Amino acid sequence: MKTTEIEKQPILQVSGLKQHFVLKKEVIFQSKQVVKAVDGISFDLFPGETLSIVGESGCGKSTTGRSILRLDEPTEGNVLFKGQSLTKMNKRELRNIRGDIQVIFQDPYASLNPRRTIRQMLEEAMAIQKVLPPNQRESRMLELMKHVGLRPEYLERYPHEFSGGQRQRIGIARALAVNPKIIICDEAVSALDVSIQAQILNLLKKLQKDFDLTFLFISHDLSVVRHISDRVMVMYLGKIVELSDTASLFKNPLHPYTKALLSAIPVTDQTQRKERIILKGDVPSPINPPAGCRFHTRCPFATDLCQSEEPILRESQNQHFVACHYAENLSS
Amino acid sequence: MTVNASLVVDTAELLLARRQVRSEKRKAFFSAIGQNKAAVVGGIIILLYISMTFLAPILAPYDPYEINLKDKLQSPSGDHWMGTDDKGRDILSRILYGSRLSLGVGFSSVFFGASIGIILGLVAGYYGKWIDTIISRCLDVMLAFPGILLALAIISALGPSLINVTVAVGVFSIPLFARIVRGSTMEVKQLEYIDAIRTLGANDFIIIFRHIFPNILSPIIVQGTMRLATAILSAAGLSFLGLGAQPPSPEWGAMLSSGRDFIFSAPYMAIFPGLMISVLVLGFNLFGDGLRDALDPRMKK
Repeated sequence: MKTTEIEKQPILQVSGLKQHFVLKKEVIFQSKQVVKAVDGISFDLFPGETLSIVGESGCGKSTTGRSILRLDEPTEGNVLFKGQSLTKMNKRELRNIRGDIQVIFQDPYASLNPRRTIRQMLEEAMAIQKVLPPNQRESRMLELMKHVGLRPEYLERYPHEFSGGQRQRIGIARALAVNPKIIICDEAVSALDVSIQAQILNLLKKLQKDFDLTFLFISHDLSVVRHISDRVMVMYLGKIVELSDTASLFKNPLHPYTKALLSAIPVTDQTQRKERIILKGDVPSPINPPAGCRFHTRCPFATDLCQSEEPILRESQNQHFVACHYAENLSS
Repeated sequence: MTVNASLVVDTAELLLARRQVRSEKRKAFFSAIGQNKAAVVGGIIILLYISMTFLAPILAPYDPYEINLKDKLQSPSGDHWMGTDDKGRDILSRILYGSRLSLGVGFSSVFFGASIGIILGLVAGYYGKWIDTIISRCLDVMLAFPGILLALAIISALGPSLINVTVAVGVFSIPLFARIVRGSTMEVKQLEYIDAIRTLGANDFIIIFRHIFPNILSPIIVQGTMRLATAILSAAGLSFLGLGAQPPSPEWGAMLSSGRDFIFSAPYMAIFPGLMISVLVLGFNLFGDGLRDALDPRMKK
């Protein structure tokens, strides 16, 4: 079973990660405006698993990925990769360890340099991380192309000659070229057709098995998440609201927000049809998030307690974490 | 074994595929340029001028510096196609040799201005924050001066000579290049492929020069071509004012200036150098416009 594997040492530990973007600096008579994109989240990523982050757009899921990679410098918090702190590393140390954590981006049209052939991209990736001596890189490239299901003669082509799905495969090959341990898939299949999505997802699953990869899978698509993940983390306005293994989250969501999200998945079987929970209003602005529980403005069950006190993420059931004061009372 | 055998076949095929891709790209570019008649004319003009600089010793019928007071101020004739000047020098020969000076000053000043401007623009655009603020404010100061005035100031500090004209004209192209490069750099910097190469652990040097620079080349090339026209014109203007090429060198601006004294008695002394300058500037402008349309898809209708 997967659960025994998961009880190993975490490969990536995120603690208290905050990412605030300053919109307006403090000027006289004007207060500072800060977007709290990610506001103090902590989680562990275990080797070999797929942890998904889901949430509406603007909830901070992509920002989380970018902060871990330090593409944007996190404001606060710590990220440990195999016990080493990524956030405290200097530029040079970070560059050396970057090969271990790779990323696959959402937009396959923007994530490949249009002026470079596939060969140049893969060769460069290996050269930067000094994977293999130069004379062995050629055969490694052909191998990589085979792994991601592309024909070897495509190596000489430029990105504009490929379809979206093929480009995404190239992105995957580039990430794999440096033998990563963790791959962050930032909406990796969201821009693709449904049929291509399935191909890429299956490819990712196969590669995970072949190369012992750990995935941090960022997506807004619940059916995709259900298909690929071992555990799921639900985010709302920069906070984790629920974190659990996939089966238990989909079967028994504890947080009212998760319930609302899940009820939005279309079902084909009419007998299985559940009541749709429709949330009122919009997501509040992350510049001035509501006090107390951030979800209380839209939560059908909110009470006075929710408005004043912020719920912490706690283990409600076995390995099922939730940040809601009334999680136990709401189950059904 | 089977794997190895297939690899051998593949490499031969790969080479072929690579060559094919390159030639296709080249074809697309030339057909885009070729469709613009004005750009073709501009290109031909530029080619003619450039070949002139190389062929000057073969084509020139006389020594451009040889003074022959007996034959001074002769109208165009079979012996002297463009006539002779007030010292009896053959104007055609002088113009042919002068092309080296005019084009040389144009290209080297643009090269000088572009190299500094590109580096400043890349640094400002890539690093942003206070570095960008400092560089941008300095550029604003440079832009605030009218170009020719700045050049005059530089030359009065350095002394009149063709090299100083090159430097002066180059200096006032710096902010133009820097601004274009800065803007394009900021645009390209936030694309995902730059993030991807950063996550691979590339250092700033690789990111800037291997990934950002090739993707902002088109506006630089277009600006460079347009800028060449202005640079040649400014250099000729400064020489006309006596600040650049000194007599007896056959720089077109200087020839124009000495022809000014004889504008009524021997108009050909001023007409031919003037014509050469205008046609060359026209050529660069036409070609630059065509390049912009071919290289920058956003400008297309």
